[in-house]
Amino acid sequence: MEAQQGTLRIKTGFAEMFKGGVIMDVVTPEQARIAEAAGATAVMALERVPADIRKDGGVARMSDPTMIKGILAAVSIPVMAKVRIGHFVEAQILQALGVDFIDESEVLTPADEAYHVEKHAFKVPFVNGAKDLGEALRRIGEGAAMIRTKGEAGTGNVVEAVRHARSILGSIRSIQSRPLEELMAVARDLQAPYELVLYIHEHGKLPVVNMAAGGIATPADAALMMQLRMDGVFVGSGVFKSGDPEKRGKAIVRAVTHFNNPDILAEVSTDLGEPMVGINLDTLEIEQRMALRGW
Amino acid sequence: MTQPKIGVLALQGAFREHKQTLERLNIEVTEVRLPRDLAGLSGLIIPGGESTTMGKLMVDYDLLEPIREFSSSGGAIWGTCAGAILLAKQIEGVPPQFGTQPSLELMDMRVRRNAFGRQVDSFEAPLEVKGLETPFNAVFIRAPIIEWVGEDVDVLSKAEGEIVLARAGRLLTSSFHPELTGDSRLHELFLSMI
Repeated sequence: MEAQQGTLRIKTGFAEMFKGGVIMDVVTPEQARIAEAAGATAVMALERVPADIRKDGGVARMSDPTMIKGILAAVSIPVMAKVRIGHFVEAQILQALGVDFIDESEVLTPADEAYHVEKHAFKVPFVNGAKDLGEALRRIGEGAAMIRTKGEAGTGNVVEAVRHARSILGSIRSIQSRPLEELMAVARDLQAPYELVLYIHEHGKLPVVNMAAGGIATPADAALMMQLRMDGVFVGSGVFKSGDPEKRGKAIVRAVTHFNNPDILAEVSTDLGEPMVGINLDTLEIEQRMALRGW
Repeated sequence: MTQPKIGVLALQGAFREHKQTLERLNIEVTEVRLPRDLAGLSGLIIPGGESTTMGKLMVDYDLLEPIREFSSSGGAIWGTCAGAILLAKQIEGVPPQFGTQPSLELMDMRVRRNAFGRQVDSFEAPLEVKGLETPFNAVFIRAPIIEWVGEDVDVLSKAEGEIVLARAGRLLTSSFHPELTGDSRLHELFLSMI
């Protein structure tokens, strides 16, 4: 029997398993255990959550392998970790450590101002952020097995995630209604691979899982993204920067499963303690906007 | 004869792919999130996803006992990957901080979680399956194996010497993901068990 590893089907198939679930940012093994106990489908291991990266400034890089190994050993659920945009050596290191998914993330300081990682070369699957459909399709063209909205990480403000979700899903609906002879021009305008535009026209969805991320802080935020037709949710600073992470984590997990059931949403939204303090986008300078990183 | 209605447990995971595969076979499918959604079903599929997440949500929304009753009153159940873990009487590889992991404890078998390793060890391979004429392309993703089965359990396939597909009466369990390949032969096998 010839077994194959690292195929596109194994990478995108793994991504399918995260649908209807919540992936939580954690910075210690202890937080990873709390996230697993709250029902997270995976944890994202990093040294500082985006809210702290914003506050501290400086260059944000891949986490130290010691802390990633600590988290790999602490939980039985999949572990993701972030590399800087274009930093394929950080990605080689994470693959060697046995990380289950790599996020090539705008939350870290970009390592390359023109190019992203060529992701087909890796056995481990990648997730990438996108603000619009063109960006999503370029990342899929490079081999991304999962797409997430960029939103604006570390703000606790869902408005950018909503903007990106509406932009991606709106463009998909529009491509579905265009006649075949217009699709090459659509691909040109989107700066996206033609074959992927054809796929969208035929199937009305991305060829990979499409998650929501960037500013999700409450169960209602998470359910909002699910009702907009996203496949699942990443919560960054929103859980462990709040007053009662365990309770809030659990509530967001329940809200993503029962996103269409307002009675359950009302119940899980009740009495969660302090949410993370949010940032209004109009108080952020352009250079503080993480979503604008990536090309 | 009226068409059977099949439920897919939709707490989390790859429930949509099972739904689409069944719909291609012209089967009526409903998503199950609460006990009331089990009404009128003749079969239930527990999909792949994260077994700890699904187990918790089954406890939180009181699904364990209703699904056991569904099984004892003749309903067929198929668990794939995480679903196989949730059917097992014994689970190995549970994080120590959990103590035990919630399960339906319906099938007399011992399942080991993440038995082939992490995602970089995931693989696909053609599999000989008892009753199928040609191999089934099986996708194993951080897959469990069935380490041991009771005498009433019929082993239908093995990969790398480990049990990966088994049946006991109206219970079916697979450690791989037939919903990801577009091959509906195992879905047809499940429908024949109803």
